[in-house]
Amino acid sequence: MKARVYISLKNGVLDPQGKAISHALQGLGFGNVLDARQGKTIDLELTGADPAEAEAEVEKMCQQLLANTVIENYSIEILD
Amino acid sequence: MKAAVIVFPGSNCDRDLKVALAQSMGRDPDMVWHGDSQLPPTDLIAIPGGFSYGDYLRAGAMAANSPIMREVVKKAAAGTPVLAICNGFQVATETGMLPGALLRNAGQKFVCRDVNLLITSQNERFVGGFELGEVVRFPVAHHDGNYFADTDTLEELEAEGQVAFKYAGADGELTAEANPNGSLNNIAGIYNKAGNVLGLMPHPERLISEELGGTDGRRFFDHLVNSIV
Repeated sequence: MKARVYISLKNGVLDPQGKAISHALQGLGFGNVLDARQGKTIDLELTGADPAEAEAEVEKMCQQLLANTVIENYSIEILD
Repeated sequence: MKAAVIVFPGSNCDRDLKVALAQSMGRDPDMVWHGDSQLPPTDLIAIPGGFSYGDYLRAGAMAANSPIMREVVKKAAAGTPVLAICNGFQVATETGMLPGALLRNAGQKFVCRDVNLLITSQNERFVGGFELGEVVRFPVAHHDGNYFADTDTLEELEAEGQVAFKYAGADGELTAEANPNGSLNNIAGIYNKAGNVLGLMPHPERLISEELGGTDGRRFFDHLVNSIV
């Protein structure tokens, strides 16, 4: 089974890399860019066949290691 | 007095910290590898700067989950003094020993220079050798030193006297220009609630003799050792 974890900085947490990206895009002439936020994805390969169980496990992984909930949000997608 | 310096793969200030502690203690600290699950008997635990585990995932995230850190967290909860410098500070926030987090520097650049630090609260053990309101000089060298905490946590840190050091001008003025990394409230170092864990981004171990450009770090370690003995 595969799971994908999306991690992004919480609203209000300064994201200098996102800022640099939006400035670069505006510099390239993409005038419709108002802002950019950078995050990361982590793809996991898991044993087991129960999606609900897998999601519960990945939730624990996010809490313990994958995300720092002081500054980051996360969401989990089970990709079968 | 006995001290233990934790060594992770990627630590690079562990030996500087050893030299600084040895100079003030008159004996070498124990160097404890991250994979160990037991600490030797010790009166002070020091977590050094560097790039533990290559800063993978987040600075300090991997180190915070290493076997030795479980032991460090236990000892800290039982009252053993912990000094967490730079990457050590990042590790300490990741374990939850200290509140908040260290983000990428607001200016995106790695910052490596001396900074002025205002002593903003009295903690006899760690900064009893300095005056409240005194300005001291330590170097910083980091890419992720931008201190962040939510508004409630920040207010509590300030109200409870848990802010140890703030980036300041030469006369102690708290300006944006004196802040090298965008830290909220110019915060450079904090204590936990109990006051036995200090985390700071600047490196006192790098200014421990005139040959190195200053002795404010030596004063820091001399006092720390004397207050623990």
